[in-house]
Amino acid sequence: MENIILEMRSITKTFPGVKALDSVNLKVRDGEIHALVGENGAGKSTLMKVLSGVYPHGSYEGDILFNDETVAFSGIPDSEEKGIIIIHQELALVPLLSIAENLFLGNENVEAGVIDWPKTYSRTLGLLEKVGLKESPSTLVGQLGVGKQQLVEIAKALAKDVKLLILDEPTAALQENDSAKLLDLLLEFKAQGISSILITHKLNEISRVADSITVIRDGASVSTLDCRAQSISEEDIIRDMVGRDMAHRYPVRKNPTKEGHLGKTLMEVSNWNVWHPEAVDRQIIHDIAFNVHAGEIVGIAGLMGSGRTELAMSLFGQSYGKNIQGEVRLRGEIADLSTVPKAIKSGLAYVTEDRKELGLILEETIQTNTTLANLDRVSSSGVIDENIERQVSEDYRKALNIRTPSVFQKVMNLSGGNQQKVVLSKWLYSQPDVLILDEPTRGIDVGAKFEIYSIINELADDGKGVVMISSEMPELLGMCDRIYVMNEGRFVGELDKANASQEKIMSMIVKA
Amino acid sequence: MTTKETSTVVQSAPSVTSYLKSHMRDYGMLIALVVIMGMFQFLTDGTLMRPVNLTNLFLQNSYIIIMAIGMLLVIVAGHIDLSVGSVAGFIGALAAVMSVNYDLPTILVVPVCLVVGLIIGGLQGYWIAYWKIPAFIVTLAGMLVFRGLTLALLEGQSVGPFPKSFQLLSTGFIPDVFGVGRPNVTALVLGVLAASAIVFLAARSRSRALKYGIQDEPFSFFIVKNALVAIAIIYLSYLLSTYRGLPNVLMTMAVLIAVYTFLTNSTTIGRRIYALGGNVKAAKLSGINTERLTFLTFANMGMLAALAGLIFAARLNTATPKAGFAMELDVIAAVFIGGASMTGGVGKVIGAVIGAFIMGVMNNGMSILGIGIDWQQVIKGLVLLAAVIFDVYNKQKAR
Repeated sequence: MENIILEMRSITKTFPGVKALDSVNLKVRDGEIHALVGENGAGKSTLMKVLSGVYPHGSYEGDILFNDETVAFSGIPDSEEKGIIIIHQELALVPLLSIAENLFLGNENVEAGVIDWPKTYSRTLGLLEKVGLKESPSTLVGQLGVGKQQLVEIAKALAKDVKLLILDEPTAALQENDSAKLLDLLLEFKAQGISSILITHKLNEISRVADSITVIRDGASVSTLDCRAQSISEEDIIRDMVGRDMAHRYPVRKNPTKEGHLGKTLMEVSNWNVWHPEAVDRQIIHDIAFNVHAGEIVGIAGLMGSGRTELAMSLFGQSYGKNIQGEVRLRGEIADLSTVPKAIKSGLAYVTEDRKELGLILEETIQTNTTLANLDRVSSSGVIDENIERQVSEDYRKALNIRTPSVFQKVMNLSGGNQQKVVLSKWLYSQPDVLILDEPTRGIDVGAKFEIYSIINELADDGKGVVMISSEMPELLGMCDRIYVMNEGRFVGELDKANASQEKIMSMIVKA
Repeated sequence: MTTKETSTVVQSAPSVTSYLKSHMRDYGMLIALVVIMGMFQFLTDGTLMRPVNLTNLFLQNSYIIIMAIGMLLVIVAGHIDLSVGSVAGFIGALAAVMSVNYDLPTILVVPVCLVVGLIIGGLQGYWIAYWKIPAFIVTLAGMLVFRGLTLALLEGQSVGPFPKSFQLLSTGFIPDVFGVGRPNVTALVLGVLAASAIVFLAARSRSRALKYGIQDEPFSFFIVKNALVAIAIIYLSYLLSTYRGLPNVLMTMAVLIAVYTFLTNSTTIGRRIYALGGNVKAAKLSGINTERLTFLTFANMGMLAALAGLIFAARLNTATPKAGFAMELDVIAAVFIGGASMTGGVGKVIGAVIGAFIMGVMNNGMSILGIGIDWQQVIKGLVLLAAVIFDVYNKQKAR
C-alpha cells in the first residue's frame, strides 16, 4: 500500500448561479508526479484554489486530507505552512526586486526586524543551485527570461520547505528546451521525495513525467488513470477530456453554405507574422494564412495563450505586436490595415474578448456606445444629430433584443449578455464586411448565448464573413462552416464542418 | 431583474421630490451655489449682491472660469494640467513686454499671445499624447518652466501700465446703444434675450424628448426650473444695468460657455473626448485617434490659459512675476467641485462653471466678512472635500 499525501474528497464549490466543481475527487500518492488535465474552464484552477486556501474552508463542501489529517485552510499562508505551494500561470514575482529579495518575499531572513543580507544571499545561492539556475542573487528578476523566472518561482517554493508542489501550466510560455529542463527538475524533486501536481495541456509532457493522471471535465473528475499500472494512450486522455454530449443547442442557419457553393472570398490573409511588442525577438504569430468567404462562419480553435487574440488584434489596425508582416486582401484587393480607423474603413470589425476593458465605455449610455465606432454616420460637419443617433440605437436595441427600458441606460447597469449585444450593435453599425468575434459568448448565460448565436447566423445569412474565436469547442463545432486549429502562434490544421470533432481538434493541438 | 426592468419601463409621472432625489448629482451643486449665495447675502447684509460687488465678482472670477472650461476637457480626457497658472502668468508678462516695452498695438498683441498659449499647450500635449509621459509630470515641469520664464521675461519686476485698448479686455463694458446710460438698457435687453433663448432651447429639447417618449422630468419641475433660471438671469442683468452694464469679460465668458457646452454635448470631438476619458482602450479600438484628441485638448487648454492670463493682466493693469501663482489649484478645484470625475469620462462644462462660482462667491463673501486668508483656505479646502464626498456618495447610492 502506497502512502497518499493528499486526498480531496467530493469537493463541491458553487459560485452564485454556477456549480464550478461537483464532487471532485483527487488522490495524490507520496512522491509522485500527478498530472491534472482538462479543457479551459473545466475547473482545474478552481480545484487548486480550494486546495491552497484561496477559497477558504467553509466556502466549499468536501474534505481535504493532507498526510492523513483533515485540514481546513483559511488562506494561502495556512496551506504554505503545511508545505503545499502553488505556482500560478502568471508568475507572482516582483520584477524590480532582485532574485534574493523575491525568494524570501514575505518570508525574510530577519534578525529583530532587520534583514540579514549575508544569510539571505548564501541561502539564495544554495536554492539557485538546486534548481540549476546560474545567476547572481542580486540580478533583478525583470531581467530574466520567462524560463528563468519560472525557476526562481520554484526556488521560492523550495525556500518554504515544500512537500507538495503545484504547477499551473508551467510550460505554457516556455520554449522547448526550457520546458525539458523544467520537467527534468520535477523528476529530480520526485527522487528527493517531493510530490507535484502538474496542470498542463501538453500530452507529450504527461507521458514523459506523470505517474498518474486525473481528468476533469465540466467541474467533475472523470477518471484517474495510473500510468505505472497500464499504458495510457493520448487518445484515451483526449476522449476523457472532451467526451461530453452536445448539451448546447445551436440555432439553425437559414441558408447554410454548402460545399462548393461558397460566396466570393471576402478576406484573405497570407504570410502573417507578428512579434511581441516588448520582447522583440519573440515571434508570436508564425506564417498564418486563412480566408473567409461571404456568408461563411470560420472558427479559430485553440487553447488560451495560443495566440488567437494576438492574431485578431494584429489584423485589426495593428493593435497588437511589432514588426507585423504579411498581406491582407479584402474583396480581392490588398488592404491597408495599419491603423484602426483604416481597418474600420476597409470593412473590418473586431469584437473584443474583454468587453468591459476593451469594448465598452461603461459610464456612457447604450446610445453613445452604439455609434462610437461610426460617429461620422450620425453627424454632419462634426455636429452629432442626436435624433438620428437615438433612432439608430433604438433600432439596434430592438433588432438585437437588448433588454433595457431605454437607450439612455448606462451600459454598466446591463447584464453581460446585453452588454455583449451593445458591443455587437456598435460593430454592426460600422457596417463591416468581415467581423472577427473574439470569445463572443464568454461569461454569458445560456439563453443569451443562443441569441448571440442567432445574431451571428443572421450576419452570415446577410453575406458577411464571420471569424469566430472561441475556447469552447462545442460552440465552434455547432456554429462554424470551417475551423482552423491554432497552437503556439501557428495554424496546425483546418477542418470543415463535416470532418470536425472535438477529438480531432484536441489531438491537432496536443500533437502539434 | 425582469421585475425591476418592467417597473422602470412603466413611466408613471414621477413626483418632483423623487425626480430631484434621483438627479441630485445634476442639481446638487447648483442648489449649493444658491444656498451659499443666500447665506453670504444674509451675512454681509446684502453687500454680496450689490451691483458693484456683483460686477467685481464676475471680473474676479472670469479667468478662473475660462481656465476651468479648458481644464474640464483635460480632466474629462483623464489627465490634469498643473501648468495653467504659470502659463497665464507668462502670457500676461509676454503681453506686457510686447505692449509696454515695445509699444505693439493691442490688436496684434492679443492674437500673438493666444497663439503662443496654443503652442505651449500643444508642446505639453505632444509629450503627453504621443510619448505617453504622465500629464502630471509634464505639466509640473511646465509649471516650473513658465514660472521661471515669467520672472526672466519681466526681469523680476512688474511691468505696466497697459495701454487703454488693452485694459478694455477686462475693465470694458458693453456700451448702452439705447443711450440711457443708467440703468443700462442694453444690459437689460441682452439679459432678457439670453433668458428667452435658454427657455426656448429647453422647451424645444423637452418637446423633442416627449415625442420620443423619453422624458422623465415632471412638467411642474420643468416650469419651476426654467422660470427660476430666467428670473435669475434677468434679475442679475438688471442689477448689473444699474451699475455700468455688462462687462466685456462677462460676454466673453458667456460665449465661451455656450461654445464649449455645444462642443461637449453635440459634436463628434466632444463625444470622443468623453469616450477617451471613459475607456481609452475601447476608444482606440473603436477607431478614435486618442493621441490627436489628447494633444488638441492640451493645446486648447494652453490657449484658454493664455486668454485668462491676458484678462488677469488687463484687470491688474500690470504684469507681475507672481501673477497666476497657485491659480491652477483654484481651477482644478472648481472642476472637481463641479462634479467631474478624477478618473476621466465624466463632467460638464456648466458644472465646472458652477464650481468656479462656488469658489468665487466664497472668496468674495469671506473677504467682505473680513475672514483672514488663513481661514479662507481652510474653508475652501473643506468645501472641495465635501463636494467630492457628496458626489461619490450620490454615485454609490445610484448603483
